[in-house]
Amino acid sequence: MYTFSSKLKTFSFVLMALGVVGIVIGFLNAPKTIEDVEKLLADSHHGHEAAHVEKVAPHATEAHVVADTVKAVETHVADSTHTVAHETTVDSTAHVEDTTAVVAVAEAPAHTDNHDTHAKADAHSHDDHKAHLEHVLHQLQNKPWAALYVACIFFMLISVGVLAFYAIQYAAQAGWSPILFRVMEGITAYLLPGSIIFFVLLVAAGMHWGHNHLFVWMDPEVVNPESVKFDKLIFLKKGWLNVGRFLGTAAIILIVWNYVRFKFVKNSIAQDSAEDNAPYKRNFKLAAFFLVFFIVSESIMSWDWVMSVDPHWYSTLFGWYVFASFFVSGITVIAMITLYLKSKGYLENVNTSHIHDLAKFMFGISIFWTYLWFSQFMLIWYSNIPEEVTYFVTRIEHYKLPFFGMLALNFIFPLLILINTDFKRLTWIVVMAGIVILCGHYIDFFNMIMPATVGDQWFIGIPEIGALMFFLGLFIFVVFSALTKAPLVAKGNPLIEESKHFHY
Amino acid sequence: MSNKVIHAIYNDDDVLMDAVKQTRAAHHHIEEIYTPFPVHGLDKAMGLAPTRLAICAFIYGLVGLSIYTALMNYIMIQDWPQDIGGKPSFNYIDNMPAFVPIMFEGTVFFAAHLMVITFYMRSKLWPFKQAENPDVRTTDDHFLMEVGVHGNEEELVSFFTNTGAVEVKVVEKH
Repeated sequence: MYTFSSKLKTFSFVLMALGVVGIVIGFLNAPKTIEDVEKLLADSHHGHEAAHVEKVAPHATEAHVVADTVKAVETHVADSTHTVAHETTVDSTAHVEDTTAVVAVAEAPAHTDNHDTHAKADAHSHDDHKAHLEHVLHQLQNKPWAALYVACIFFMLISVGVLAFYAIQYAAQAGWSPILFRVMEGITAYLLPGSIIFFVLLVAAGMHWGHNHLFVWMDPEVVNPESVKFDKLIFLKKGWLNVGRFLGTAAIILIVWNYVRFKFVKNSIAQDSAEDNAPYKRNFKLAAFFLVFFIVSESIMSWDWVMSVDPHWYSTLFGWYVFASFFVSGITVIAMITLYLKSKGYLENVNTSHIHDLAKFMFGISIFWTYLWFSQFMLIWYSNIPEEVTYFVTRIEHYKLPFFGMLALNFIFPLLILINTDFKRLTWIVVMAGIVILCGHYIDFFNMIMPATVGDQWFIGIPEIGALMFFLGLFIFVVFSALTKAPLVAKGNPLIEESKHFHY
Repeated sequence: MSNKVIHAIYNDDDVLMDAVKQTRAAHHHIEEIYTPFPVHGLDKAMGLAPTRLAICAFIYGLVGLSIYTALMNYIMIQDWPQDIGGKPSFNYIDNMPAFVPIMFEGTVFFAAHLMVITFYMRSKLWPFKQAENPDVRTTDDHFLMEVGVHGNEEELVSFFTNTGAVEVKVVEKH
């Protein structure tokens, strides 16, 4: 039996406490009103202006005059656009064109050559400015929610990935892995608390608690033909994208997953003291059922929980892509927790061959993830159809480092490190590769959620790291508590002897 | 100096493995072992050095990757940068996603084929090569261990008979 070390317990509580502090800070720092945003933007704009003038100064001997002309242009534009703003209707694109036309006119007499961009940037009409502020306000208000959402779905899906791996091992009657079944059962214990918190977050999005605009299609105005916010594309998807159906499907999926997990563990424990293999056979059948249900529910959940933050965009292999991402993370977590328990002397029958197999899975599924990532990216990049390519345009424009950085973390690093047979048996290599893979796949989920919810206002700061720490702490606490509940060797499993002597 | 060798023939791979361990323990040098199928763990029991073919394959893969990258860069970007359907041919990285399938296949092609050829060369295999099996039964159901005769021949023969060999022969080798 495993005993939860008090050090690790304290560590998980500290993580949770710091995480809660970070999450609360994130929510407190989110702007409440448009005025807050205006102040925020004005602060950063002032910085811009100062830098701009400084840069210009060496060029123009009369920096004063330049600054003055710019100011004159600004007021001029503001005045002239005022009238325009009154006349123009809600069509914002036409509006922008109008404004720029006015700017061009206003600019000509002001003879500013290298200042036209500057003038244009400042020359927003009142309405445009307001719409922009509201847009930024929504993004900033989404930030703490999105940070919470990404960390929550990431850790919950890790336990789902482990559950899928566990079911595959049962269905395939793998001879090497039964020695690790109790570790996997321990990790899947996180599924219950994880999915409860996740469901609460989905309800929060559906009910718009606390300025939650994670899913734009949940706004009733968007599907109301009378409203100025009406969006025909989302309106046409109303049959699928509506809050009732969304929460109902989520509830069914999460309940079935949790039920299956509960039955798996129950049968596995029952097998320890059983006289025949009946519980094992029940688990085998359950695994077969679960894998069929899983692949369908996994597709649906990826459309709902991940893809629908971008309701204008769709991709057919998205479900597989999300699956590969959390499946490899799940396997990595199995390897890391196994190594931790082994280093503490709890898993005497686990040898380097078991670790080698897990590392091979980490390596292979990392490549599989990359294959799907590239297939999705390359097909869209190649055909370059505007309605779907915007997905990657926004990511490459605003998320260049995380978007391409995760390729280095999730592909190049595991490719070069885990290709070596000897390396796959070394604890420190597997742990290091595991940390890199987990960071990479967190960033993968970050890249999937953030661009649609916070746009270019993203940052991995206190709210994001706080949410990550909270869920990591909770994960450690739940998983290691669950590991103390049952012996670490599933001794009744008919394949356990083979697994104990597994050598590769 | 005589070129005599002992051919100890076994009809079971477990017996063979035991015999190999005893032979190694008695410090007799094993020249060669002929088996009809791969015997798991035989190389370890014989103390053979691990193969380096995988390292070769990795290097060949890198060679393939460089060749195909350079090829596409020269043809599509340097030599004649045409506008083909609006694909950006200004520099390699702009159009790289379109080249990845080729780079991938080139890497695999080089790694696989050059490794196989390396294997043939290192194990001296080619068409019309004279077969080298000392006893035709070794391709069917018998295992043969060849050990050089140094010193007492009688003693060696009885040693191998005791290891469970079904047949022990002393053969003059050319």
